[in-house]
Amino acid sequence: MASDDPAPTAAAETAPVLVVDGLVVRYPGPPPVVAVDGVSLRIGAGEVVALVGESGCGKSSLARAVMGVERRASGTVEVDGAPVAPLGLRRRPLAQTGVQMVFQDPSTSLNPRRSLGAQIDDGAAVARARGSATAEPAVWLERVGLDPAWTSRHPHQLSGGQKQRVAIARALAAAPRLLVADEPISALDASTQTAVAALMRSLTTAVGAALLFISHDLSVVRRIADSTLVMHAGRIVESGPTELLWDDPQHPYTRSLLGAVPVPDGAGRIPAAPTEAERATWGDPAVPERA
Amino acid sequence: MSLDGALTRRPRGAWLRLPRVWRSPLAVVGAAIAVAWLVVAVSAPAWVPYPPDAQQLPRLSPPGEGTLLGTDALGRDVFSRLMTGASTTIPLALGLVVASAVIGVVVGAVAGWFGGWVDEALMRLTDLVMAFPTVILAMVVAASLGPSLYNAVIAAVVVSWPQYARVTRSLVLGLRTLNYVVAGRLLGRSPVTSLVVDVAPNVVGPVVVLATLDVGAAVLLLSGLSFLGLGAQPPTAEWGSMISGALANFDAWWIGTFPGLAILTVVMAFNFLGDALRDAVDPTSRTERTAVGVASAPQSVELPVEEDRP
Repeated sequence: MASDDPAPTAAAETAPVLVVDGLVVRYPGPPPVVAVDGVSLRIGAGEVVALVGESGCGKSSLARAVMGVERRASGTVEVDGAPVAPLGLRRRPLAQTGVQMVFQDPSTSLNPRRSLGAQIDDGAAVARARGSATAEPAVWLERVGLDPAWTSRHPHQLSGGQKQRVAIARALAAAPRLLVADEPISALDASTQTAVAALMRSLTTAVGAALLFISHDLSVVRRIADSTLVMHAGRIVESGPTELLWDDPQHPYTRSLLGAVPVPDGAGRIPAAPTEAERATWGDPAVPERA
Repeated sequence: MSLDGALTRRPRGAWLRLPRVWRSPLAVVGAAIAVAWLVVAVSAPAWVPYPPDAQQLPRLSPPGEGTLLGTDALGRDVFSRLMTGASTTIPLALGLVVASAVIGVVVGAVAGWFGGWVDEALMRLTDLVMAFPTVILAMVVAASLGPSLYNAVIAAVVVSWPQYARVTRSLVLGLRTLNYVVAGRLLGRSPVTSLVVDVAPNVVGPVVVLATLDVGAAVLLLSGLSFLGLGAQPPTAEWGSMISGALANFDAWWIGTFPGLAILTVVMAFNFLGDALRDAVDPTSRTERTAVGVASAPQSVELPVEEDRP
């Protein structure tokens, strides 16, 4: 590892890695949808920021827009001061291959016809080309908790959780400055979720990368994120250090999200869903119609 | 650990599953006939009893009287012409299938990958060609280029590529938004590299199946054009033109019957082979056939099978 400074919060105080300003994502109608409505955020080096919110609130659109995969209606996205170009017909410049993503669905994250080693090496190759430190595919497999001898295996020989680990290894092998993980654990079983999330945290902070971790699993977020952003109807309604947010949520939507977290206390309490009346008080411009 | 042994088995990619093809008797029959014709096509000129154009035998002698399959109106040996005809028709049919597959795959891949107006323009062109009846359009092209075997091949390529373009486009459309394709682009792959590395390998299987099924159609189209006088010109030994010549001597049944049987066997052989390949590449069509798991709807691209060309 290049730096052995393990103090992520201190590093975050300096120049942020990811700077997003006034990001807007629109989908053409009818009716047109504003999925992301003027979001600004900053993530420092070695910092783990979680983005939480219910499905349809714009989390994935925000992630894909940050990556340049989704068209941005307006707003800027900069990583280390350089704008992230939209992914169009041009090749992504080498300098921007330090922006990587882990996808929600592990079953389509890997090319079924290529070996795990070859796919992880795709990531390592761009890191080497940029002159960044990386490792051999076998080493990366070991780092994500898999057998280093599996480099010649193919994705169909792995379980969903193992595939997701390989996808994480490929993204990390590219020595990312920013890693955006779009619900990377939601397709995994409960016992694997925490392990994969913790793994992502330790590996990204170790190389001083910024991690934007999107999830709707608040209990996992609480364990790995330095700070948390709460997104609702395309806007960030509350943000702050994770513990503070948990202990003293300000926005009613945050309170309702936290209230919906199941607690294994044996009381058989069923998480409460917010009512329509509650939603109306959050100033929600796009309350979905009742199904 | 026994599980580990199961995991280290060879990947069951479409091609490595190929042995299952041979469990179908039709596939074995088809492959045997196809291979036999290919051998004939390659080697026929070396061992046929008479030169295909030699007019040295008694005219219109029936099979068994001096020659194996009789002679035609000009005293040429039908058997020799039949075997030589294989080396005319089959290589050209294969070449025509390869050429139309290459053109179709390139057009379809570009249309599906780039989308937008490129897709619109290429697909409307494809629709335009598909809107014409295949044989009529091939006749128009062959007639305007002048009747010759090579012009017939060009005409057949012109009418055959759209089906490959359609299949390839639909496959590429589904593949290009897959996570691993996007991940590849994020790692700095250009669109073309991404198309070749991440997308193309998943298109090859269905296209090969389609091409195998299409060999029969190509043989039919080529001999059909020759039958109409737009393909092979006399005295070239070609099955379609042999049948056409047989019309003048309807009583000499052997002149037309044997080329007809040759066409029939080649077309059937490649159709059997293509069907078996499709079952191997696309497991859903096989489960349907054996009526297991019928509840699940077929999710694969249905390959057009045209077996009723003239």
